[in-house]
Amino acid sequence: MAQDRPLSPHLQVYRPQLTSMMSIAHRATGVALTTGTIVLAAWIISLALGADAYALTASLLAHPLGQFVLFGYSAALIYHALNGVRHISWDLGFGLTIPQVYRTGRAVLLATMILTAALWSAVWM
Amino acid sequence: MAEFTLPANSKISGGDHYPAQDGASNVRTFKIYRWSPDDDANPRIDSFDVDLDDCGPMVLDALIKIKSEQDSSLTFRRSCREGICGSCSMNIDGTNTLACLKSIDDVKGDVKIFPLPHMPVVKDLVPDLSNAYRQLASIEPWLKADKDAPEGEERRQSPEEREKLDGLWECVLCFSCSTACPSYWWNSDEYLGPAVLLQAYRWVADSRDDNTSERLDALDDSFALYRCHTIMNCAKTCPKGLNPGKAIASIKSEIAAR
Repeated sequence: MAQDRPLSPHLQVYRPQLTSMMSIAHRATGVALTTGTIVLAAWIISLALGADAYALTASLLAHPLGQFVLFGYSAALIYHALNGVRHISWDLGFGLTIPQVYRTGRAVLLATMILTAALWSAVWM
Repeated sequence: MAEFTLPANSKISGGDHYPAQDGASNVRTFKIYRWSPDDDANPRIDSFDVDLDDCGPMVLDALIKIKSEQDSSLTFRRSCREGICGSCSMNIDGTNTLACLKSIDDVKGDVKIFPLPHMPVVKDLVPDLSNAYRQLASIEPWLKADKDAPEGEERRQSPEEREKLDGLWECVLCFSCSTACPSYWWNSDEYLGPAVLLQAYRWVADSRDDNTSERLDALDDSFALYRCHTIMNCAKTCPKGLNPGKAIASIKSEIAAR
């Protein structure tokens, strides 16, 4: 052999599938939620530290950037929770056919958008 | 650790163009991954213009036409041309399937063809399946019965017991599913992958097999089995319409229920 065998292309050529994209999104939102928990902890700790510390945290979270982080955190939480129900159902042996996987997958994406929009229209109104 | 990019010797560069014969009117371009061990060149993508008016309907028909008329060195596996042998599995238009079952009409635009993903390439569209075959052997895919079959008789199954094997026995071991699975891409040294796990469940589910408990013991491993995260690319891509993801979920629940 003139050279070692090459590795055939994978991520470079595989067409993104709803199945794999929702799976990687589940993992990504899980990581994001872990990070977001630090924000949640900071908020609670500042509450315990008194009015001045809480006012600072509240103003940071009220800043457009803070609102953006909270928006992302809430969308990630809603997606991860809803998609987690799919995973529990799969682990119990239900909903594993491809038509079911696609129906529940689309339902989770739609519900994530609706619930996130509903949450933030309630916050901002 | 998962490597998301291709190693230096695997990066694709360049490629040749093979025009269709003069007078061809209904031309489609097939972009095909090429690599030969006979020189030091990196893989390339060759473009073959094929006259579909003078070609069978399936992607395999086009590959055979290209090999006979445009470049006889084009290398791919094929045998039965009817979805039974599992030889011509490859990545066509972004998903894995059998070239003999994939209609050219189902692909929009250029037909892009690669070997099964994340595998060592022997030549062109031929991947090295040695690791997958080794993994298949490791699950001991044969009947293990405590007693011989009754003299001159078959081992009997009820219709219900036989039905449990439907959706499992039809697998042709083309490894489209395993090579569609990101978990298998990153962990194929230890994770058995959907094709082999479906075979494992085929023997777990067989009422005639007396080795169920030992089989489940061998599968109960954080890498061999539990690298399956129910991504479900396997079932989505299976050219036979089988559901390896469901078979793996059945193994997990049999282990959990013990």
